[in-house]
Amino acid sequence: MTDDLREYNFAYLDEETKRMIRRALLKALAIPGYQVPFASREMPMPYGWGTGGVQVTAACLVPEDRLKVIDQGADDTTNAVSIRSFFARTAGVATTERAAEATLIQTRHRIPETPLREGQILVYQVPIPEPLRFLEPRETETRRMHALEDYGLMHVKLYEDIARHGAISTAYAYPVKVAGRYVMDPSPIPKFDNPKLESAAIQLFGAGREQRIYAVPPYTQVVSLDFEDHPFEASKPDHPCALCGATDSYLDEVITDDAGARMFVCSDTDYCATRQAGGAA
Amino acid sequence: MYVAVKGGARAIENAHAWLAEERRGDPGVAELSVAQIRGQLTLAVDRVMAEGSLYDPDLAALAIKQARGDLIEAIFLIRAYRTTLPRFGAAYPVDTGAMACDRRISATFKDLPGGQVLGPTFDYTHRLLDFKLAAEGETPPAARAEPDPAAMPRVTEFLNQEGLIQGEAHIDTSPPDLTREPLEFPACRALRQQALTRGDEGFVLGMAYSTQRGYGRNHPFVGELRVGTCSVEMEIPELGFAIEIGEVELTECETVNQFAGSKTEAAQFTRGYGLVFGHGERKAISMALVDRALRWRELGEDDSGAPAQDEEFVLQHADNIQATGFLEHIKLPHYVDFQSEVELVRKLRAAVREAPDD
Amino acid sequence: MESQSLTGGFSDPPVMSARAFRAALEAMARPGTIQRIEGAEAPAPLSPAAATLILTLCDGGTPLYLTPGYDSAEIRAWVTFHTGAPLVARDAARFAVGPWAALAPLADYAAGTADYPDRSATLIVECDALRSDGARLTGPGIRDAAHLALPEIAAFQANAARYPLGLDFFFTAGTQLAALPRTTQVEAG
Repeated sequence: MTDDLREYNFAYLDEETKRMIRRALLKALAIPGYQVPFASREMPMPYGWGTGGVQVTAACLVPEDRLKVIDQGADDTTNAVSIRSFFARTAGVATTERAAEATLIQTRHRIPETPLREGQILVYQVPIPEPLRFLEPRETETRRMHALEDYGLMHVKLYEDIARHGAISTAYAYPVKVAGRYVMDPSPIPKFDNPKLESAAIQLFGAGREQRIYAVPPYTQVVSLDFEDHPFEASKPDHPCALCGATDSYLDEVITDDAGARMFVCSDTDYCATRQAGGAA
Repeated sequence: MYVAVKGGARAIENAHAWLAEERRGDPGVAELSVAQIRGQLTLAVDRVMAEGSLYDPDLAALAIKQARGDLIEAIFLIRAYRTTLPRFGAAYPVDTGAMACDRRISATFKDLPGGQVLGPTFDYTHRLLDFKLAAEGETPPAARAEPDPAAMPRVTEFLNQEGLIQGEAHIDTSPPDLTREPLEFPACRALRQQALTRGDEGFVLGMAYSTQRGYGRNHPFVGELRVGTCSVEMEIPELGFAIEIGEVELTECETVNQFAGSKTEAAQFTRGYGLVFGHGERKAISMALVDRALRWRELGEDDSGAPAQDEEFVLQHADNIQATGFLEHIKLPHYVDFQSEVELVRKLRAAVREAPDD
Repeated sequence: MESQSLTGGFSDPPVMSARAFRAALEAMARPGTIQRIEGAEAPAPLSPAAATLILTLCDGGTPLYLTPGYDSAEIRAWVTFHTGAPLVARDAARFAVGPWAALAPLADYAAGTADYPDRSATLIVECDALRSDGARLTGPGIRDAAHLALPEIAAFQANAARYPLGLDFFFTAGTQLAALPRTTQVEAG
């Protein structure tokens, strides 16, 4: 496998494909939160496993980059391992597990706890980029809603949640409005991560199967949709991390024995390891 | 103390090694060669080429071997390989009217110029397991006839001469390319047909079958089904003229469908069209039926709300590589999203418990 | 002339275009910042920055408009040889390159549609130099405010007012690159 991949172009994709993706990325930055259609290519990993993120990363990587790949916040989950080794082979870039050292981070379902800085790019893998899709399955309809800035359907949905459950019942992929115009799906990150969408880093979103690319430039206003009497709350399990003691990080719940005993540990493995080593995260 | 599970890289390597062993199977049994697959599992090879959108029987056979016979996995291998190939140009449209047919049948005319040619078909076989094949005996050669040099004109052309079937507009512009431009709705017919020809055979078959059972019925007759080889010609800029660069086996189906017309417009039959790489009759006929169902708007028919009439539904879900990827991705870890839901459900339950009874 | 059109491309296209794109990405993500971009050498007066940007972003699928002063046989031949981009009039262009005065009128370029605001032209404005003073810029990509010397103010204000439609701009001089997307609010500095 290793040798097979060396025969492909730098970062796997051919130059024409990269140009097409790069043009889409620039327009995505110019229209924050708007989903730019792009002719997603078939990648050597399945749709749904990060092909959109992989294509965006491939179009952005330079040899000087230091790449970090996380899935569920962890560097050692199998799909993160697989994608990281793909780029280590095809682009020859250095890799790291340290968020602070990475120049490009590809992620699935989390934003690192360590605040990102200028000079960093965060690439999200997106399964369903259209925030209105589960309310209206038709692309022709949702496109019209975005064009008219008609987000009434989304507000009705959130309001019905409140009527039924007493709270907005969206826990992840919580919709946001970007730069006061487009409603955007932040990918299935827990809503705990939503406040981190306002960042100093460049955030790029790739949905391969659905053929969409979108972006949030640095320092861009990102507002989680809510109501005055039911304001958005970035919640998480009310425990400290059992390993590092952090009270400000998102936690995985781990079942530890047959009796159902459980513990809570940081989902961001780099953040947790850094804290355990006594370093400032 | 709890230590998180590590070792993803090693687990992946070991899984791949085990997979290779399983693929090989019992080493006491001779290994399948790619040539055997190419030569003896030709319909599997054809399906992989058709849905992989790449005409290369050797690569398709290799993909089938590598995929342990899982055709969708083989199609995926071909698609992923196809993406990396540079494009040298576009061939001229193949002339299926000039096809060297191995098989050509019409269900609408008993006899016709060029004749009915059954060819290598399962159609009238009795589906009885042939235990002779288990004994690995040699197959006696089939009877052969000299090829008939007479042309095989298209059946729909006979109808067209009388004006009985609606003509198709000749379009000179290059069709859009589904694999190079993002799918956009409404999609033109060329784009729809691209999606159908590389769409999953089972999905397209199911959609076609649903039209026969009344969900967007369009009364199809198989005007003609032909299977054979067509030459592929391409203009070479350096030469300034077209040369034949090879030939491909194709299956083409033209259906003659329910007529349209009114007091002012004379009644005419309408058409559906299917074309696939290789020998794929089920797929070609299915494609023709679904193609026809999707044409309701241009033919002035009502949208009956049938799934096969719904362009977004059909085109967005026909691709088995997209479908299988997204379906199987739910095997990937989702601890984070699940955790956020668990926490929300706990919170909602606590709120109900704490709420005063009313 | 013939030989000039064949030279000046990337010596290592995958890597050089990757570095050039990162500069363009940073520029578009952080309006007003000045990036360094280089790698291509084109016939005068096309700057190395603009030439590099064209090699990085343009190909047979992206019609390009060359303004008067840039629409020379030498530049045409260079662009065609290295990118294959069709050379077209303003209204059909995905990209346009030339000095500010020659790019006008802006109304001729595609500004996108309500359904597809991304289907808009990107203008590469050739400048004598880029300076971080002058117009005050605010909006996405800018923490507080940025400053960039612009050829004028009103045109960019009018462009931003059409949001989400609008044009996006790169400014090039020598090996310098800056960008101004349609989201940026521009005031006299």
